[in-house]
Amino acid sequence: MVEARSLSALGSRALLYAILIAFAAFYLTPLIVVILNSFRSFQEITQTSVLGFPQQFRFDNWAQAWGSYCIAGICSGIKPYMWNSLMIAIPATLISTLLGAMNGYLLSLWRFKGANLIFGIITFGVFLPAQMKLVPWAITLRNLDLSNTVTGLILIHVVQGMSFTTLFCRNYYVNVPQDLIKAAKVDGAGFLQIFRRIILPLSPPILIVTVIWQFTGIWNEFLYGITFSEGSARPVTAALMALSANIAQAREYGIESASVLIAALPTLLVYLFGGKYFVRGLTAGAVK
Amino acid sequence: MSETAITMPGQARPARPVPRRSWLSEIPDLLTRIVAGVIATAAVGYVVGFTLWTVLISFTDSTLLPEYNFVGFKHYWQLLNSRIWQVAYLNLTIYGLGFILGATGVGLLLAILIDQKIRGENVLRTIYLYPMALSFVVTGTVWAWLLNPTIGVEQFVRGLGWTQFKFGWLVDRDLAIYCVVIAAIWQASGFAMALFLAGLRSLDGDLYKAAAIDGASPARMYLRIMVPAIWPIVVSVLVILLQTAIKTYDLVRALTAGGPGIATTLPTNVVYDYMFQRGLMGAGSAAAVMLLLSLLIVLLPYAIFQRLRRGKGGGHG
Repeated sequence: MVEARSLSALGSRALLYAILIAFAAFYLTPLIVVILNSFRSFQEITQTSVLGFPQQFRFDNWAQAWGSYCIAGICSGIKPYMWNSLMIAIPATLISTLLGAMNGYLLSLWRFKGANLIFGIITFGVFLPAQMKLVPWAITLRNLDLSNTVTGLILIHVVQGMSFTTLFCRNYYVNVPQDLIKAAKVDGAGFLQIFRRIILPLSPPILIVTVIWQFTGIWNEFLYGITFSEGSARPVTAALMALSANIAQAREYGIESASVLIAALPTLLVYLFGGKYFVRGLTAGAVK
Repeated sequence: MSETAITMPGQARPARPVPRRSWLSEIPDLLTRIVAGVIATAAVGYVVGFTLWTVLISFTDSTLLPEYNFVGFKHYWQLLNSRIWQVAYLNLTIYGLGFILGATGVGLLLAILIDQKIRGENVLRTIYLYPMALSFVVTGTVWAWLLNPTIGVEQFVRGLGWTQFKFGWLVDRDLAIYCVVIAAIWQASGFAMALFLAGLRSLDGDLYKAAAIDGASPARMYLRIMVPAIWPIVVSVLVILLQTAIKTYDLVRALTAGGPGIATTLPTNVVYDYMFQRGLMGAGSAAAVMLLLSLLIVLLPYAIFQRLRRGKGGGHG
């Protein structure tokens, strides 16, 4: 009896691991396919399929993807678009995080009438679909003469990002004891001093979460990028789309694979090294 | 501390008086408050102002440029009666149901399996969740290759010897929408897993013990006791996935471009098409407003539910 039981326990344990590993294979397959294809030649892929092991590891796909492959008529590879995305994502992430921290501080610790209403409206911005903002942004960017510029996209992501960053920071600061602020006020510290000397030193955990969230979101963003940029001003997601929409020539799956990997690398690295904070951002955003 | 997973270090640190005067303290306090007020006002103004602006334009006959000649609900009626809009909502319904049920089901299954004190938990979690770090453009591009009959799985299996094997969902009008479902589940099920697992881990150990003493089988134990115990998280996951489904745009564009024909076109694709391909700003705005209304039908009950659940205390968003 006991033996049969432990045997079935062993069996269900094996089944458990089999299911877990099968799902791991499901999630990993696209990544492995892209990695392997980035080393395979054009002929090799088109004669068989995208699922296959390289006959020999070739690196020319990578070189072409990075520096010389033609994307919508511009033959400079994916490099300039990676640069655009960096130039958009880094300032937009830093500025929106700083503004969100200020907002969060104002709304949680300087409680005033209507603070919760303001917070509610800003939070609603998290859920507001981008389609509701495209036309106003198009008009605004045109009036500011920022259409089709990196600066225009930075502006969009700063303003757009404030909803998220305010949400994150406000929900964090709301747990700071009010007494801390009161004591500082008694000592004669002002609005900015309290922020700098008391709030900021408490903030690294939430600031890391916010920065990772914003960087990943802005890097991966596509709709604003495709709508408000053209040609060489495009961010990398829009360039990837142009690359795969290229119907004039035969699909270079090897080069496209290398391009996809290059484009995905920054956020994958952030995920691998800051995974803990990435997950916190997901859950913090979700639980609200 | 209850509503976020984030802990607050150094909370007990005593308030320090402000001894040293820096250049920052030279800025008048009133000015900094005004600046902070302006930033918060801008954030509010953006959300409210842009929403109202789009609503306003949806009632006008604007084409390439905004014109404020009002035509009432004209665009709304035309859209509601147009085939493209009806097909897009039908597609959204199929896709939404498949995606939400699929991602929730897979996420729950994986969370429960991982909760069985297994080896290699961290590695598996990392693998299950990494698609969330990717852009939908990347996901769509790669799945378009895998699901493409001439270059993907069909061709691969034929190469293995099953020369009659067929897997052409991507080019099939009736089945292409399920390709979008597969890719979306691939991307988001890890997210559901992470939230469910966090929920299961937050449960009291006594609950497990009591259930074990009861002699319930593990599957029964989870379905009858654990999952009901984390139902607020289940609701959150469902709502977040639903709003993700309604907002899905890039994935379709990268995976199927809305095709074959309009078989995978979603409302978001129609909005973009009207606004920027056909240059019909008024009609596109009306479509965007209807998209927002669909979203509100989901979100308002959820917001009320959250508020009721927390009671009148806290008043958190």
